[in-house]
Amino acid sequence: MLTNKVFIKKTKMGGVMKIVREHYLRDDINCGSQACTHNCDSDGKEPLEEIPISDSKLVMKPHYLVPDTNVVLHQIDILEDPSIKNVIILQIVLDEIRHRSAPIYKRVKDILASSHKHFYTYCNEFNMHTYAERQPGESANDRNDRAIRKAVAWYADHLKDTEIEVVLITNDAGNRKQSVLDGLKAYTIHEYVRSLSNMSLIDRLANPLNQMNQDNNGKVLFAEHLGLAEIQKGIRAGRFLQGTLLISRENYLEAFVSVKDQEKMIFVQGLQNLNRAVNDDNVALEMLPDSEWSCPSSMVLAEDEGKDEEDEENRALNETVVDNKVPKELRQPTARIVGIIKRNWRQYCGILQPSIIKERTRHLFIPAEKRIPKIRIETRQAQTLASKRIIVAIDSWPRNSRYPLGHFVRCLGEIGDKDTENEVLLLEHDVPHQNFSEAVLSFLPKMPWTITEDDVKRRRDLRHLDICSVDPPGCTDIDDALHCRELDNGNYEVGVHIADVSHFIRPGNALDQEAANRGTTVYLTDKRIDMVPDLLSSNLCSLRSKVYRFAFSVLWEITPTADIVKTDFTKSIIDSKASLTYAEAQLKIDDPNAHDNLTKSLRGLNKLAKILKKKRLDNGALSLASTEVRFYVDSETNDPIDVKTKELMDTNSMVEEFMLLANISVAEKILYEFPDNALLRRHPAPPPSNFDPLIKAAQSKGFTIDVSSGKALADSLDQAVVPENPYFNTMLRIMTTRCMMQAVYFSSGMLQPQDYLHYGLATPIYTHFTSPIRRYSDIIAHRLLAVCIGADASYPELLDKSKIQSLCNNLNFRHKMAQYAGRASVNLHTHLFFKKRIQDEEGHVLFVRKNALQVLIPKYGLEGTVFLNDDGQKSSSIFVYDEENNTQTAGDVTIHVFDPLIVQLSIDRSNVQHMKLSLKLVKPMIPGFSVQSVREVQANATGSQSKTSTTDLPISGKPPQKKKKRTH
Amino acid sequence: MAGMELLSDQGFRMDGRKPNELRRIRFKKGVFRQADGSAYLEQGNTKVLAAVYGPHEIRGSRGKALHDKLLINCQYSMATFSTQDRKRRPRGDRKAQEMTSHLKQTFDAVVLTELYPKVQLDIFVEVLQSDGGNYCASVNAATLALMDAGIPMKDYVIACSGSHMRDTPIVDMNHLEESSGGAEVIMAILPRCDQIVFLEMNSRLHEDHLSGVMDHVMVGCKDIFNILNQQVQDELCQKTELDKIVTTG
Repeated sequence: MLTNKVFIKKTKMGGVMKIVREHYLRDDINCGSQACTHNCDSDGKEPLEEIPISDSKLVMKPHYLVPDTNVVLHQIDILEDPSIKNVIILQIVLDEIRHRSAPIYKRVKDILASSHKHFYTYCNEFNMHTYAERQPGESANDRNDRAIRKAVAWYADHLKDTEIEVVLITNDAGNRKQSVLDGLKAYTIHEYVRSLSNMSLIDRLANPLNQMNQDNNGKVLFAEHLGLAEIQKGIRAGRFLQGTLLISRENYLEAFVSVKDQEKMIFVQGLQNLNRAVNDDNVALEMLPDSEWSCPSSMVLAEDEGKDEEDEENRALNETVVDNKVPKELRQPTARIVGIIKRNWRQYCGILQPSIIKERTRHLFIPAEKRIPKIRIETRQAQTLASKRIIVAIDSWPRNSRYPLGHFVRCLGEIGDKDTENEVLLLEHDVPHQNFSEAVLSFLPKMPWTITEDDVKRRRDLRHLDICSVDPPGCTDIDDALHCRELDNGNYEVGVHIADVSHFIRPGNALDQEAANRGTTVYLTDKRIDMVPDLLSSNLCSLRSKVYRFAFSVLWEITPTADIVKTDFTKSIIDSKASLTYAEAQLKIDDPNAHDNLTKSLRGLNKLAKILKKKRLDNGALSLASTEVRFYVDSETNDPIDVKTKELMDTNSMVEEFMLLANISVAEKILYEFPDNALLRRHPAPPPSNFDPLIKAAQSKGFTIDVSSGKALADSLDQAVVPENPYFNTMLRIMTTRCMMQAVYFSSGMLQPQDYLHYGLATPIYTHFTSPIRRYSDIIAHRLLAVCIGADASYPELLDKSKIQSLCNNLNFRHKMAQYAGRASVNLHTHLFFKKRIQDEEGHVLFVRKNALQVLIPKYGLEGTVFLNDDGQKSSSIFVYDEENNTQTAGDVTIHVFDPLIVQLSIDRSNVQHMKLSLKLVKPMIPGFSVQSVREVQANATGSQSKTSTTDLPISGKPPQKKKKRTH
Repeated sequence: MAGMELLSDQGFRMDGRKPNELRRIRFKKGVFRQADGSAYLEQGNTKVLAAVYGPHEIRGSRGKALHDKLLINCQYSMATFSTQDRKRRPRGDRKAQEMTSHLKQTFDAVVLTELYPKVQLDIFVEVLQSDGGNYCASVNAATLALMDAGIPMKDYVIACSGSHMRDTPIVDMNHLEESSGGAEVIMAILPRCDQIVFLEMNSRLHEDHLSGVMDHVMVGCKDIFNILNQQVQDELCQKTELDKIVTTG
């Protein structure tokens, strides 16, 4: 069964090394076809259909496709289409994709796992009949091509007794020619797709590189990129630098590059110097001589929407002229891009630029993200796509093209439609939100799920305890439950029980990888994007009442004065007696007639929580207001319900207190056991200068804010209360929030212990443990803790501090993006809400800026900007800005921070892709600036309609799905 | 070594083996005339020479002699050309010393030492080419060399390594798999008595997986035993045939 072949490989790792590896060739590899007439030992895996239906005019007979590497890499959008079936992915192709593009590799794996696509991986490298040894003088690519042909030939021979043909799909002309000589069928992907009856596929073809050549008369616009070998040589010699490109949001011709190990960003300016690099690419830079250094111009420059293409192409040359009259002291290190180390292209959403010539097939696409250049695509459906949001992928950017070339991927829907816009904001915030793939779902437990004997043996049985969960109403993913009982010695036993998600998600499998990638569940106003499939999040993991569930429990023995005597961690089985809402729990506690165990338990918890909270606040923990806006919409009238400050009940803080305690206990435990690779969460103390605006603002009302320590800050915030302005304190707290740094996850081995501090909670160490259903960080904490108590196995990635750190980096990114997406979703709803109405509201000035006022509108809990100047002007003509006192004065009206205003809310629709909420000042009246209030306008218009004319509101009547998130 | 898939979705390891498959084993006994017994063994690309001298009188200080049993003296060395980078010292470094003492322990347990009090037996093992599983190949080669020398033993000693990857136990790891950072379990057993004479584990492996890996390694050892035993018996039969022809004229 085994034959042996030793092959010799040379690699460069500093020097030349000879690597000898064994390579066993086998004769027992299955062809994967149901039509196979030989006895392939298949172990039941035969995804390729017996009679594949041919849809192609080119190959009329039933056939299997064999794409080569480049076809898979570039045309993955085509392969993902449901109409493409029965494809053989060779192992050699799969390996190469793995090396070249991780995202595409993942997509291929998803296709391979889905049963209705009929894709099959054939291990051609291990088969003695299809292995191709590299011949002397043959390049690696040539060998791979030959190996692919050999595999196709083998298949053709293997299936010769059946009706089925095997078709090689390759865009490499040499390879195609050779295949024809070998008597094989080979076509380009373009030939093949055009021969299909499904014409819409053609638009989704990636453009071949040479397509643009005829068009621009070969006019070369850009300098050539250097090869990778040369770049590496340059970097080693110090001639080049390597970094990630970040295009400026204001000006698409300017960018900064964050270079590794260098604090300062390096500046790149001009189309020529940017040299076809797209935002996020990993690029190689060459520094310009000092004399050519420049600085960001203060101009806001966006690519014009309306201009015709030809104009733009001509303009392209002019744009690059940069007047170099920048004063010396402002100059920043400036460089030009000489090569691309790694493209970081993704798919972009946006709209088509309207074209004058309707029948044209070549169009420009305008991405929603301003930092991405327009993309030239080819489509025959321009007319239908004109009013749609679409997704486009970049294929290449040749030297002679002003714009990158791309292809149409799919259409999201009408502009302005709520589902479409939701989709856009998910895509733009890089939130993975596709349905879970079959590969992922295959790792779910089989239903009906039962608890086995073995499970009971390994877990502590806590089913007899009176455990209950307390959550906001409508919560389906319950990840925590609590209990408390009095012990004989007068102390209390308190338990926090967290859903045991890590029991169901095993390290390294597709489900785990997917969850790790998603990082967090994303809550939009009307939608929830789950991190783990619904079966787990709302059923098996969710600690619902009256069912047995697995939990990871933290049990404390606590004295009546809330000192912890003993902490114990265990995997358990629990039986939650009730799923309460905060209000229900509060009622139980307050009800003097209730004396059941559950109520007693809740009362005990509540009592201890109050002591714990007091201790925490005495320690200097901050309680900060957030402007996180929640759109509470009445289901009947579609009107927003007042949201200013949701009344917090004792039970809210009761649950929170114990979650904090559990997180801290777990953090201590895992850090003790894994000093190097514990996943912790830190919140760095902000630099004192961050507080300047806060101190200034408070001073204007006569309060001093002491920021020397967290405790001092908390105390001085508590004292700053103005009786006549109830929002004053809230606004101060909002401002304080703005001064804070982001809390981040990190691996303990990467930092010094003194940097572990969580400033906001005033605890030296913290982690996330209590919400594993919606956060991946908690799953890692669970796994670490499980290893600590010997309940589960560790695995190499868990113990590697740099792997944990890179995981943390992803989680931090995802969390940030989830937050942004949540905010964007609120914005979207605000826009939809105000789409058809103009309204006056009371607001308070939060910040006074040079050219604007930032206004908080408590009724909707939202924040907006009143611009004081006309577009383009630097400062206002009417207003005079006093930097010292932080005021704006116009005539005899002076606006201070915290001043109440009345503003008019409406929607600015000048930009189709980016609608904005626009605020106009109504009161105080400033002639020539403020606008009339809506009421006056209506009063003036005689015989006006009734005031409640705004009936058809686009907002759905559903209240937001879930809890106020604890975001420490 | 990022981006290597030690066990593919299709269930193949990097070199085309399935998880429970061994590398190719070839060996030859009696390669040297000078030594009392010798053997050359290949397990894949790991190639080992073993030579046995003795039992003979104690060499060097007499004090080393054991009054009730045989003194086994081992020496493990790796040829300077055996690894990818040329080795500086063929023997005497920490690793080689450790390996030497492991070999000594192993063979102390299996050779019938009480038959030879106050004398000494030398086992020399030289790794000519190293591609993972050096200990296993050394043990297996030394067993054959001891048999060649006619030293009485309880049974064959057969060693094999194994690990746990993607929830599957694998056996007979090569260098690439060893250096990937996972756990490695090394076992030497007496295949016909089902006894473990040596067990070593590197890195961390959860106890739940340990017994599974051990079972597979045990099976791997027995597979090796069958291969070795088959050829040893065949050779023996051939030799008796020859002897018969010689004696009968």
